[in-house]
Formats: sequence, structure tokens, C-alpha cells
Amino acid sequence: MMQFIHKYGSPKYFYQWSYGWQRWLTVITVLLLGFGLYQGFFVAPPDYQQGESYRIIFIHVPAAWMSMFVYMVMAVSGIVALVWRIKVAEIVIGESAVIGASFTALALITGMLWGKPMWGTYWVWDARLTSELVLLFLYFGVIALHGAFEDPRTGAKAAAILAIVGIINIPIIKYSVEWWSTLHQPATVAKFDKPSMHISMLIPLLVMALAFKTYFMALLFARTRTEVLAREKNASWVKEVVEQES
Amino acid sequence: MLAIRRRRELSNPLVFFVIVVSLFPLGVSPDQDLLSKMAPGVIWVTALLATLMSMDAMFRSDYDDGSLEQLLLLPGPKILLIGAKITAHWLSIGLPLVILAPLMSLLLYFPTHAIGSLVITLLISTPILSLLGSVGVALTLSLRSGGILSSLLILPFYIPVLIFSTMAINASANSLPVSGYYALLGAFLIVSALLIPFAVVAALKVSYN
Amino acid sequence: MKEFFDMGGYAFFVWWSYGIVTFVMVANVIVAKMKRKRIFKQLQELSEES
Repeated sequence: MMQFIHKYGSPKYFYQWSYGWQRWLTVITVLLLGFGLYQGFFVAPPDYQQGESYRIIFIHVPAAWMSMFVYMVMAVSGIVALVWRIKVAEIVIGESAVIGASFTALALITGMLWGKPMWGTYWVWDARLTSELVLLFLYFGVIALHGAFEDPRTGAKAAAILAIVGIINIPIIKYSVEWWSTLHQPATVAKFDKPSMHISMLIPLLVMALAFKTYFMALLFARTRTEVLAREKNASWVKEVVEQES
Repeated sequence: MLAIRRRRELSNPLVFFVIVVSLFPLGVSPDQDLLSKMAPGVIWVTALLATLMSMDAMFRSDYDDGSLEQLLLLPGPKILLIGAKITAHWLSIGLPLVILAPLMSLLLYFPTHAIGSLVITLLISTPILSLLGSVGVALTLSLRSGGILSSLLILPFYIPVLIFSTMAINASANSLPVSGYYALLGAFLIVSALLIPFAVVAALKVSYN
Repeated sequence: MKEFFDMGGYAFFVWWSYGIVTFVMVANVIVAKMKRKRIFKQLQELSEES
């Protein structure tokens, strides 16, 4: 296990093996997005309750899932960075924080745009939107802390601790927000039932969720590879890479 | 001399608390119903901000004169040292807030029969605020503009405490059972008292990198 | 075709949602590519100096 982590986490070896992954993930992402969008727009029928507006679900729900998933990736790489002092894991923290924050913002924006036709207002203090908002604040904190240090390695370690404290707190925050929203649910806002998912709606949703996941991984690999080069700029293998690729 | 200066510094957040709470009737309206409804939220949010304002004092002077580094190098469990620092911070800000809050709640027409719950939630929760806040200051100790940044980091973590405390106070104002909320807040306190000092030690190590 | 773009009267919400998501996801990729170019340029200058 230790050997495995050290081997795949060494900057030079990571740069080599991640290239293929990045390429294939990009190809798979494009294919999945095409298939998912086709299924979502042309195969899935309109919802009997919400009409065509429910098609926002195919990007809203994957974005919301990703906002949680990326935070987990960040916290896990934080643990790896702190315990085994893996440089690549340190880089992953900062790079995934930015992508995760953008997914969270997307989940919020699409949620608001979906809420307007459904609830009549762009914003409702319901449990899911509220905890998504708090999650965005948590991402802001990690990004701000990460960027505040002059030495990127110190920044990564500080951000790692914050992310780990965050991942312990997220379930508590979610639970408290849920409790709070059930007590304060305004009577005027009708809680509509979850649309019972027909299989033709479920397929595009899952395909899009998978596409978002591969998109994230491809982008994370790309960003991490760049940052690895920047941090290791004095290593001889980086010079070789630069000579070869230019 | 040093002690006097520190005491002044410590009393500033308390004055801040009193002033901000009094601003709400001026800014919103002196309407009795409205204010008594808002009172738990106003007092709690202001208490959060006052705690954050005082947070920087927890390690700052010891960090600046280097004594914190010396203390961390001493043999023996560092957790105890951190625990003592957090306790001292709570005594200097949390406890005075617990005493001041009932007084301020009168200015907001808060029903007197629920003041007990206000005091109890503050008594259980202000130590949690000190504990969580200590992680933020420990992480930002080596930065020049650490104060605002640490507030940014810590405020989202205060949300559950805020929610359960104000819900308990509201329940008590409506004569509903509250012991469940107290138990939950107590559980938060115990868990954070057990876990957070370790995070603080790790954060201080990063700051001293 | 017009019916498709109309989205049953929800065109505004659906297309804005998809538009913003597309914009952000494409922007993320472009930013990453630009950063890679910038870093490569710096690294080249570094190796030419030495």
C-alpha cells in the first residue's frame, strides 16, 4: 500500500501514467455527454407534472452530486498529503477545490432556474439548496486559505486540515439544515413530490452523472499535470519533458 | 501594564456585542412583536461575530513573542496546552457573553420565561464556538491578514450550533420541550472537545512549518 | 424544431441552465489549457537561461 502510493504519487511517474488516463477520460467524456444529452432531450418524454422544465435535472443533479464527490476527493487527498507527504496529493487539493466550487455554483444556479417555474421564486430556503450554499462557503474557505500562503506546500497542508475538518462537519451541517427546514417550511410553498423516475429519464440522468465524473477526472489530471511541472521546475525530468514537447 | 492592555482588548468584543444588538431596533423597527421574534437570532448571530472578533487574541501574542513555539517544544502532551488556551479564551469571552445576553434580550422584548433557555444554550454552545474558532486561528496564525480569513473559514462550521441553539430558544419561548436540543448541543460539545485539540495541534505545526 | 427550442414554454429556464453549465465547463477547460501554455513558456525560458 505504502509503496503503491509512493510510486504512483511521485511527480515524475505521475506525469507519465496520467497522460493516457487524461486522454481516454476526455474521449469518454465527450461520448457520454453526447449520448446523455441526446437521451435527455430527444428520448426522455416530458414529465407529466413539470412538463419540459424537468430537463434541467439532467445537469442539476449531476452537478450537485459532483459538488459532494469533489469535496470528498479533496479531503481524501488531504489525508494522503498529510499522512504520507505525497506532493501530487498536495497539488490535487488546490486543483480540485476550484473545480468543486464551480460545480457547486452550477448546482445552485441551475437549482434556482429550476425553482422559478416550480416554486414561483428563484430561491427557497429548502434543505438541499441551503446545504449546497453552505458547501459553497466551505469551498470558498479552502480556496482562500490555500491561496493565502506564499509557499504552496504550506497552503496545501493548511487547506488539507480545513478540508478534513470540513468533511467531518458536512453530515452535521446537512442534518441540522434538514431539521431546520422541516420546522420552517413555509405553508405557501407546496412541496412537490419527486418525479417518479421512468427508466427513460433515469438513463440520461445516470449517463450525465457519469459524464460529469469523467469530465472532472480528466480536468483534474490536466490541471494537476500542469501544476506538477510548475512545482518541479528544477528537476531534470521536467527539462526533458519541456524539450520533448516543444 | 500588559495585563491591562489585554483586558481592554478582551472587553472590546463584548462592547461590540452590546452595540450591535442595540442597532437592530434602530435599523429594523422598535416594534415589540417583531423584535421579540427576532431576538434569539439577533443575539446568537451577534454572539458568533463577537466570538470571532476575539478569536485572534487566543494565540496571537504568544505567537508574536515566540513563547508559543517554546511551549510546543516542551515535552508532554500538547493537547493539554491547547485545551488550556481554549478554556482561557472561553472564560474571557464566552462566559461574559452568557452573562450579558439575558440583559440584552430584555432590550429586544424577549419573553422572560424563555431567558433560561437562552442562558443554557449559550452556556453549552459558546465553548463549541471557542473550540471551532481555535482551528481557524491556528491555521491562519502565520498570515498577516489572518483575522478576516479565519472568520471566513469558521463561520460555516458555526451553522449547526446556530440552528440548534436558536431552535431550542424558540421552542422554549413557545413552551415546547427543549431537552432534546440541549442533549444534541451537549453531544456536539463533547465530540468537539475530544477531536478539535488534535486538529489545532496539526494546524499549529503547519503554521510553524 | 420551434417546438423543441420552446421547451413547452420553459425555454428561458432550460436554456439558461444548459447555457451557464456549458459556459462554465468550457471555461474550466480553456483556463486549464491557458495555464499549461503559460507554465510551458516559463519553463522554456528557464531552460534557455541555464
